[in-house]
Amino acid sequence: MAFGPHLLLATLEGLVTAAVLALTALGLSLVFGVMRIVNVAHGEFFMLGAVLAWAITTVVSGNPAIGFALALVLSPLIVGAIAWVAERLVLRRIEYNPEATIVATIGLLYIIQQLALTFYGPEARPVTPPFNIRIQLPWFGYSGYKLSIIAASALLLLATWFVLTRTRIGLVMRATQYDRETAQAFGIPVGRVYGAVFALGAMLAAIAAVLIVPIQQAHYLMGLDPLLLSFIVVIIGGLGSLRGTVVAALLIGVSDGIISVFFSPTLAKIIATLVVAMVLVFRPQGLFGTAAK
Amino acid sequence: MTEGSTARIYGLHIAVVAVLVALNFVLPEYHHAVLARVLVLAVFAMGYNLLFGYAGLLSLGHAMFFAAGLYGAGLPLYHLGWGIAAAFASGMAAGFVVSAVVGLLALRTTGVAFMIVTMMFAQVFYLVTLYFGEWTRGDEGLVLPQQARRIVFGGTALDLTDPTTRYLLAVSLFAAALFATLAVVRSRHGRVLVAIRENEERTRMLGYDTFANKLAAVVTSGVICAAAGAAYALLFGYVGATFASVQYSILPLLWVLLGGAATTLGPLIGTLFMYYAVDIASGYTSAYMLVVGVMLILLVLFFRRGVLGTVRERWARWLP
Repeated sequence: MAFGPHLLLATLEGLVTAAVLALTALGLSLVFGVMRIVNVAHGEFFMLGAVLAWAITTVVSGNPAIGFALALVLSPLIVGAIAWVAERLVLRRIEYNPEATIVATIGLLYIIQQLALTFYGPEARPVTPPFNIRIQLPWFGYSGYKLSIIAASALLLLATWFVLTRTRIGLVMRATQYDRETAQAFGIPVGRVYGAVFALGAMLAAIAAVLIVPIQQAHYLMGLDPLLLSFIVVIIGGLGSLRGTVVAALLIGVSDGIISVFFSPTLAKIIATLVVAMVLVFRPQGLFGTAAK
Repeated sequence: MTEGSTARIYGLHIAVVAVLVALNFVLPEYHHAVLARVLVLAVFAMGYNLLFGYAGLLSLGHAMFFAAGLYGAGLPLYHLGWGIAAAFASGMAAGFVVSAVVGLLALRTTGVAFMIVTMMFAQVFYLVTLYFGEWTRGDEGLVLPQQARRIVFGGTALDLTDPTTRYLLAVSLFAAALFATLAVVRSRHGRVLVAIRENEERTRMLGYDTFANKLAAVVTSGVICAAAGAAYALLFGYVGATFASVQYSILPLLWVLLGGAATTLGPLIGTLFMYYAVDIASGYTSAYMLVVGVMLILLVLFFRRGVLGTVRERWARWLP
């Protein structure tokens, strides 16, 4: 294959990564923005989404599309419910103290990981894609399913943007983000908003995982990479900025795709992680954000 | 600080070390071996405590300091045939270099960003150990040969694989780290660190160079953790990438929280308790991560000060 088509392939692969990453990171960014806490267990919600998708598609027989559609609906709902319970039982009681929250979500990470290992096992298992279409480009054939991931992610991002900026729910969330106490004084049930936002963040990660699991197998340790990458995206994009998150996800996803095609994946990860750590060190407000308050 | 409390503090610490030495002669074989390991890991926790407990800087990357000591000692011993003393020194030197570089960069950030930056540097370190798998053998790790773990002083040979030698060396390292921590936290520098933890702005306004003090804390903490790593490699003869993974950045946090942050003896209690909790739990179930996770959540929910922190608050205000 010549350099041009090779680069195109790498870019397409990168776009798929970016699509999934944008959804996952958006979940983290929402929680970070509205609640001002770091959810270290975010990657585990992603993993849980993938593992549940495997479980649901295995139970449902018949056309793989039916099982997949069911997984796409049920898996995020279950993950959201678990996140909501965790928020109500633990995070609310420690009053969202930043450091205690980190420790508590690390605890949550271990619990979810262990439960997945115990009940799902150490194997990596694939999920059958809902459809198998190859789209023939002039130079190579490309999986239609992968392209549909990009489309689905774009749709979901647009929907989130719409909810956040054009609906009453979004207004309540933004008011809570802007000033918690004033929001409470105006009768906004801040506690319930926090619970909902935490669940929503986890659901976005779970949806992303269900979308990716047909091309990347479900495994109980798969949560760490999305967690680190989401941190990277949220940092580079600037906190709580939807546009920044999407742009950063594109940047990281595509460059990750291109670097991994041309170099070893470990080296790609080393370079990406180091670059981002340096961005955090020298430009803490992110590449697109404004200086923090 | 009265004369009486100084005597009481030193008395307590000397007594703890004396009890540990005495245990060498009474403990059954299994617990003897476990305690040697716990003591080395407690040194790791003490290094972590200096930064987290006293200076109030939550790092999620201390595995890299431990691993710097581990590889700094293990690699030259394995590949270049260095002696034990030289290997231990090079492990500490590696810890010094890594912590100085990481400190200079990471301390430009604060709070959550500091935590994420340290976690990322540690991740880079971990990936580097995998990337150079030709020398480190990655996750599989290196087993240091037995004949390399001997030291000869004139006529007597010191064999690090002998349980008693190993235990006594572990106690010595522990005692050295304990009194070093005690000296640091009772010094002027230690008080400035506590002031920074309580209110950094105010400390800076009072004319203290907070950056230099924090950097010194990162480096001291890094070198103590590296000493633990180097000792671990030499005493137990194994060097592997697992020790550089995120898990080993979180464990010292757990040990310190459990034992009591900002107490000199807390890390020992936390490490000892957690090691046995996991050990006993793994007798019934393989789900040891569940134990760790549940402990972390219970600690932040109901027991924020840890064992010694609670003791200090209720009964013994003089505990350092």
